[in-house]
Amino acid sequence: MQLTLVHARYQLLEIVRIPVAVVGSAFFPAAAMLFFVVPFAGKDPVAATFATASMVTFSVLSANIFQYGVGVAEDRDQPWNPYTRTLPAGPAPRFAGRVLAGLVLTYLSLVPVVVIGATLTEARITVPAFLLALATVAVVSVPFTLMGLAIGYSLPSRAAVVVAQVVFFPLAFGGGLLTAPDQAPGFIEAVAPYLPTRGAVELMWAAVGDYPPNPLSMIMLGVWVVGLAALAGWAYRRDEGRRFS
Amino acid sequence: MILARADQLSRRYGDVLALDRVDLDVRAGELVGLLGPNGAGKSTLLNLLVGLRRPTAGRVELFGGDPRDPASRRRIGVTPQETGLPGTLRVGEVVDFVSAHHPDPVPRAELLDRFGLGELARRQTGGLSGGQRRRLAVALAFAGRPRLVLLDEPTTGLDVEARHTLWEAIRAFHDDGGTVLLTSHYLEEVEALARRVVVIGQGRVLADDTVDAIRDIVGVRRVSLLADRLPALPGVVRSERVDGRTHLLTTDADQLVRDLVTAGVAFKDLEVRPTSLEEAFLAITATGGQPSTDVGGRSAAAAGSTATAAGRPTPA
Repeated sequence: MQLTLVHARYQLLEIVRIPVAVVGSAFFPAAAMLFFVVPFAGKDPVAATFATASMVTFSVLSANIFQYGVGVAEDRDQPWNPYTRTLPAGPAPRFAGRVLAGLVLTYLSLVPVVVIGATLTEARITVPAFLLALATVAVVSVPFTLMGLAIGYSLPSRAAVVVAQVVFFPLAFGGGLLTAPDQAPGFIEAVAPYLPTRGAVELMWAAVGDYPPNPLSMIMLGVWVVGLAALAGWAYRRDEGRRFS
Repeated sequence: MILARADQLSRRYGDVLALDRVDLDVRAGELVGLLGPNGAGKSTLLNLLVGLRRPTAGRVELFGGDPRDPASRRRIGVTPQETGLPGTLRVGEVVDFVSAHHPDPVPRAELLDRFGLGELARRQTGGLSGGQRRRLAVALAFAGRPRLVLLDEPTTGLDVEARHTLWEAIRAFHDDGGTVLLTSHYLEEVEALARRVVVIGQGRVLADDTVDAIRDIVGVRRVSLLADRLPALPGVVRSERVDGRTHLLTTDADQLVRDLVTAGVAFKDLEVRPTSLEEAFLAITATGGQPSTDVGGRSAAAAGSTATAAGRPTPA
């Protein structure tokens, strides 16, 4: 456990020393808040609150897919990574430390979105709902963390960057993150429940306001989590087998 | 006490047999040099010893246990490749990170001073010179007060002064009872540090003996002299002329000198020296088998052709 914290701390240090990386994952959702949410939904407390929750989910999606997808792939290129395996600890502390650091960075990337939501829009939230939303962020991070790990462990870093971008936009638009609840164009409403982003954002909406999640979205979110866990596990074991057996 | 052991150890990568039934024991207090050309299997052997790889066949042990078990790795120190240091972390942070894995690490300032890095604790590793990075990489192997350090090419790319500083640190560790297994491209390095040399070629242990014995295996001496022209001489396995000086490699230096005298050659400035380890090493790897003392002549002939083909005169 102690070693997990050590690994998490140094991974955070490495990332924070290149601030552009942190700014990058926070920038896009913050910009979307400023250009779309503030002018169009900012005056209506309910719409602004839901829109902010959408942007939070958007932020969780981008932070996790990129930091795991690209971060893990780049790490695997570095000789430092096998060196840490010669230290008297197994691979577990490094892996757990990475997930912990990832969660910290995810929360960090949400700060601008939440600050903009609180100051420039009419979005309102009670303290219990806010705490519930914080916990929900950790829950909805799971599928995207697994997706990032699957990308990072199965692809070389150059390919991982491309694949992360290619899956990121369809998931964000297709899941209805950029439109108000149940107001998206028809074809998005049709595909959305089958995407993990939809289940995730519905959980966020339910946490911050009066929104009953769609059972189909919830079931599909569960299916995605199981499927992505299997894919990430397969990619991790294959990588271990190639480099450490 | 045996700290590291390979017992009929084999490792295959696809179709390539990187290690072929290697036996090696490293006992407490030894300083062993692992010598061999690129691709000979040195790194594969080290990777198996530190638990990064699994043997295809045979056994590998570290402190009597499986190196893949973290507990077996508590008393070892390993160098990362210098290019692999995390560039954004500071020197002190990298040391602290490694030290956090050990129960009783060397205090950071003491470790950095020992490797001449005391002034650099707050510098990011990405901003270090190649030599400084290399010294840091080697320092990390000593962070946890190991009993056995495994150093893969510890001084590659260092200038002469930095190399000697590192040699001092390795010697000091050994003098305090530490055990060292190092690989090197520099034969000079193995000659300067190691008492025992293990020569590896094509995945097999070709020789395992003292530095002197490895030289004697080939039984070749280098006779060098200044002379205008030489008659054909028996027993010379190779001759070359460097800067006007003639170097003759022979299996019987005494007879060669007698022959020179009886032939009435006008020579001066005669020197007879043992061959360098490089010549011995090339001889062993060129024949590709376990050498014995009676194949000296053949080995040396092979050594000659290999050395000449490589185009570099061997230092005496």
